[in-house]
Amino acid sequence: MSRLLAPFQFEFFVNGLTAATLAGALCGLVGVYIVLRGMSYIGHGLSHAIFGGFAASTLVGVNFFLGAGLWGLASALAINAVARRRRIGADAAIGVVTTASFALGVALLSKLGSRGPSFDAALFGSILGVSRGQIVALVAVTVFACLVVFTRYRALLFASFDPEVADVSGVRVARTDALLMLVLSMAILATLTVIGVTLVAATLVIPAVVARMLTDSFGRMLGLSTAIGAACGFVGMNASYHLDVPSGTMIVLTGAAVFVATLSLGGTRRLGRVSSAARRIDPAPVTVR
Amino acid sequence: MTVDPLAELERVDVDYGSGPVLERVSLTVEDGHFSGIVGPSGSGKTTLLRLLMRKLRPTRGTVRLRAGTAVAYVPQLETVNWDFPVTVRECVLMSRTAGRVLPWPSREERREVAGVLDRLGIGDLADRHIRELSGGQQQRMFLARALIRRPRLMLLDEPTSGVDVSTRHEVLHLLDELNADGIAIVLTTHDLNGMAAHLPHLVCLRRRVVASGPPAQVLVPSVLEETFGARLEVLQHLGIPVVVDEYAPHPMGQEVAR
Repeated sequence: MSRLLAPFQFEFFVNGLTAATLAGALCGLVGVYIVLRGMSYIGHGLSHAIFGGFAASTLVGVNFFLGAGLWGLASALAINAVARRRRIGADAAIGVVTTASFALGVALLSKLGSRGPSFDAALFGSILGVSRGQIVALVAVTVFACLVVFTRYRALLFASFDPEVADVSGVRVARTDALLMLVLSMAILATLTVIGVTLVAATLVIPAVVARMLTDSFGRMLGLSTAIGAACGFVGMNASYHLDVPSGTMIVLTGAAVFVATLSLGGTRRLGRVSSAARRIDPAPVTVR
Repeated sequence: MTVDPLAELERVDVDYGSGPVLERVSLTVEDGHFSGIVGPSGSGKTTLLRLLMRKLRPTRGTVRLRAGTAVAYVPQLETVNWDFPVTVRECVLMSRTAGRVLPWPSREERREVAGVLDRLGIGDLADRHIRELSGGQQQRMFLARALIRRPRLMLLDEPTSGVDVSTRHEVLHLLDELNADGIAIVLTTHDLNGMAAHLPHLVCLRRRVVASGPPAQVLVPSVLEETFGARLEVLQHLGIPVVVDEYAPHPMGQEVAR
């Protein structure tokens, strides 16, 4: 027991643990929308695109959030511009723009070196790279994400489930989608140095998929996914310290273990169930009372 | 004093860039109207609904919707992801987007949803996942989601598509009763059978309005051939027109009904 509690005497570990738990919760919350909208690839691509901005901003000495944030926005606009050209789909555009941005980041860091977090830390996450400022940023982004989900709950749900009808029913779908993309970009930015570029997408997807296997209610899925994400962050960060493996790697592996356990305990019944009721002819005559 | 129609299309053209989808279409929807837009796939039915929803600007012509008219839209069942994690109550509550910031429903909203679900005969299914419903129950849930907006005009895209005969009659019967409550209804369909018995007004559409009026006037072989591009026979059953495919030569040389 004392061995488990030993790292808590180190400030860097407490910072890292706080950041990992917050990052897990944040990604778990945002991930619900990403998974249900089938946007997992965008999360993956955006994190890679932001890596280019991460490299450039650390080299130039610009604030990481500003530099990588602007880079991410430029990447999103570039994806949009490429996707609008005929014969090139959005998935191909994401593939081209984000991998090119990622490659540029790798080239810059390899050639010129980083003044900020190390190359490995950016790719796979590190508990050593977590400053108090980054925790403050994570708290701010988490509060912002919670506020957006809380105050725009029905609009986000309606636009995710049935955007066409939502549009007719008074939901400003384009604005709601843009708000979600902003929250996603900020979440990726805030969690990048803890979890790492290559693994952020997994922390967005795994908690949400596990939560989906456990419930059929959207409200409960949001809560479960956030809790699972936070738990994976907490456990993964502890495992990272004791096994001396990068933090992002252990957080994702913890999530993957939870996923496999849920799957083997019959979680797919909820996902793949085709109720006999769904094929049933309802014989009862209905009248409007 | 004359009252403006609920919705009006006046000599409307729509062109998405690859040729006209609608040409010189004029249509008036009055209060309490109940009309079916019939036509083959690609005839412009969904485009016409999008115009009435004000989600599409016509290339030419005018679309008018009476100010303050609450419009509800019921999509095709096939367009929805039935694995999405929502219960029937959550789905119905979605369309209550205005006037409440908190995610959970107020006591009044819960009462209202329960009332609408009871009215449609699915009150005991409020906590069920949407996938656990039969086709008829799913359609009734969508109607509940539309009714919770208290619409004056309800637009339905192929409400009888992909459901069995029993459910089709059930849905049309239900719409008939909602219409009797004062809701104007416009629906699209490519399925003619059953429409004549339930709908007082039909519009045959093939890029332009081929014919418009009561089923007995519209469902005639010449109009149907122009609309569907195939020869269709119209029989009378209990005074109601019933449309059947004409006999066609069988490849083996015998004449059989298609």
